Amino acid sequence: MKLSRTAAFYIALVLVLAPAPFFLNAYWLDVLDSIGLYAILGLSLNIILGHAGLFNLGHAAFYAVGAYTAAILNTQYNIPILWLLPVCGLTAGLFALIVVRPIIKLRGDYLCIVTVGVGEIVRIALINDVFGLTGGSNGILGIQRPHLFGFVIRRPMHFFFFIWAFVALTVFLFTRLERSRFGRALNYLREDEVAAEGSGINTAHYKLAAFIIGAAWAGMAGNIYAAKMTVIAPESFSFWESVVVFALVILGGAGSIPGVLLGSFVIIGLPELFRGFADARMLIFGLAMIVMMIFRNQGILPAHPRPYFLDVLPEGAMQPESASGSPGEVPAAKEPL
Amino acid sequence: MSLLSIQAMTKRFGGLVAVKSVSFDVDAGSIVGLIGPNGAGKTTVFNLITGIYRPDEGQIQFQGDSIAGMSTHLIVAKGIARTFQTIRLFQNLSVLENVLAGRHCRMKSGVLGAMLRTPRERREEKTALAAAVQALEFVRLRGEALNLAKNLSYGNQRLLEIARALASQPQLVVLDEPAGGMNEQETLSLITLIRKMQQQGVTVLLIEHDMSLVMRVCEKIVVLEYGCKIAEGTPAEIKSDKEVIRAYLGADQED
Repeated sequence: MKLSRTAAFYIALVLVLAPAPFFLNAYWLDVLDSIGLYAILGLSLNIILGHAGLFNLGHAAFYAVGAYTAAILNTQYNIPILWLLPVCGLTAGLFALIVVRPIIKLRGDYLCIVTVGVGEIVRIALINDVFGLTGGSNGILGIQRPHLFGFVIRRPMHFFFFIWAFVALTVFLFTRLERSRFGRALNYLREDEVAAEGSGINTAHYKLAAFIIGAAWAGMAGNIYAAKMTVIAPESFSFWESVVVFALVILGGAGSIPGVLLGSFVIIGLPELFRGFADARMLIFGLAMIVMMIFRNQGILPAHPRPYFLDVLPEGAMQPESASGSPGEVPAAKEPL
Repeated sequence: MSLLSIQAMTKRFGGLVAVKSVSFDVDAGSIVGLIGPNGAGKTTVFNLITGIYRPDEGQIQFQGDSIAGMSTHLIVAKGIARTFQTIRLFQNLSVLENVLAGRHCRMKSGVLGAMLRTPRERREEKTALAAAVQALEFVRLRGEALNLAKNLSYGNQRLLEIARALASQPQLVVLDEPAGGMNEQETLSLITLIRKMQQQGVTVLLIEHDMSLVMRVCEKIVVLEYGCKIAEGTPAEIKSDKEVIRAYLGADQED
């Protein structure tokens, strides 16, 4: 039943999104594009924050590394930007490995503060034109549009399909990831790090792996962002961006893929709908967040337990109630435990 | 042959000597109890064996290999699983997933295997699931498999910790106060369960305050007081040991 609720959500999402390009103007398609982009960012942060429970308020740093990798390699060496998609994932992942490795032992709030620092260092380094590559506060101009089999992705409608296809791919892969040994390991360390280590999970390794995968995906989102905007500048990767992505994961439902998707619609889409209210909208928005956190702090669409199909396994002679009787009556396990 | 051998192990926390030159052996297939008054250093000994602390002096050998100072997860992979004095389950995960945590170190699949869902990964998941269910059947919790761990009764949570430890297919299980908070009925079942673990070839080392359990189930008892070993022997020997009686009941000279 729980699986089908998630499936119903995806079907509804496709039914809403698929006809959108035929009804909406370029402005609203562009809004959907940025919702999709934030959805990718949210899903990538969800691995770190939602699944592994690591407070990362510097996610924009990985996004920036990906975007600048794409921009620099594209403008300096003319490498097609789509080819750079995996490269951006690699550089952002490598960057995460280097900066997170020394701080991996930090707990909760301490880790959070350091990630804020990392995000700021990256932004300030970009403004200061590190290695003479980042173009300072003006950023980098003239990034090429992506080419796909000779077709140029340029209009909001093209990006709409491109971005949401990438969202779909991400959802597909991350769903598999969270229902695996890897996904479970992240949850164990979120629930209780000491018990996880005591049960045989290499907690330092999995924390680092969560950061690297999250960062790699944020890096690829950065590539798409650079290709869409054709110009990038440091202010696009401010602390506020990290906060927005953090908020959409928490609001939507940490550890829940449908939750994160919905969260990006709520956080990125709703303010656009209420543009008329101008100044009041952030106030209303903040209020809504507070109310939400008080009454439904696991998010709008909380994570469901993973589905397991135990009926395919041989049923033992088990009574539903347990431990009240003597365990000596249970038939011995078939293989030594 | 001794499975676990501790030689002259010492652990200091600043000026406090928590464990002072303690030595004892745990023979393969036996059930050994570690007892002592509160603050005697029992849990510290457990934390040293399971790699949470590194001993300042001395040796810990498991199956002939030194494991002193090794990471906890590697020690689990080597075959020592533990339970915690204060229950440490993954409260918001299902009972089944809690047990699968113990199985983790016997699996290999990583990120790519999961994303591509390779045949090997699927096979591994299936075997793991079967093993986890088997561990749950062993402690009679199969019926609770898909419940959240936090919804179990206190006694069942203790059993789940044991199932999680057993899922890693350990040679040695160290149980830190397994009967803590259990009623008499549950303690009786626990004794049967510990004996059943022994029959399956698992060696058991346990800390326990419930003397009736210790005396009934343990073949050897090690007694600690103020970080020192004051006695070691069979339950009968320990019961009549003057030092042990003094440590537990106090003696005239000390008053």
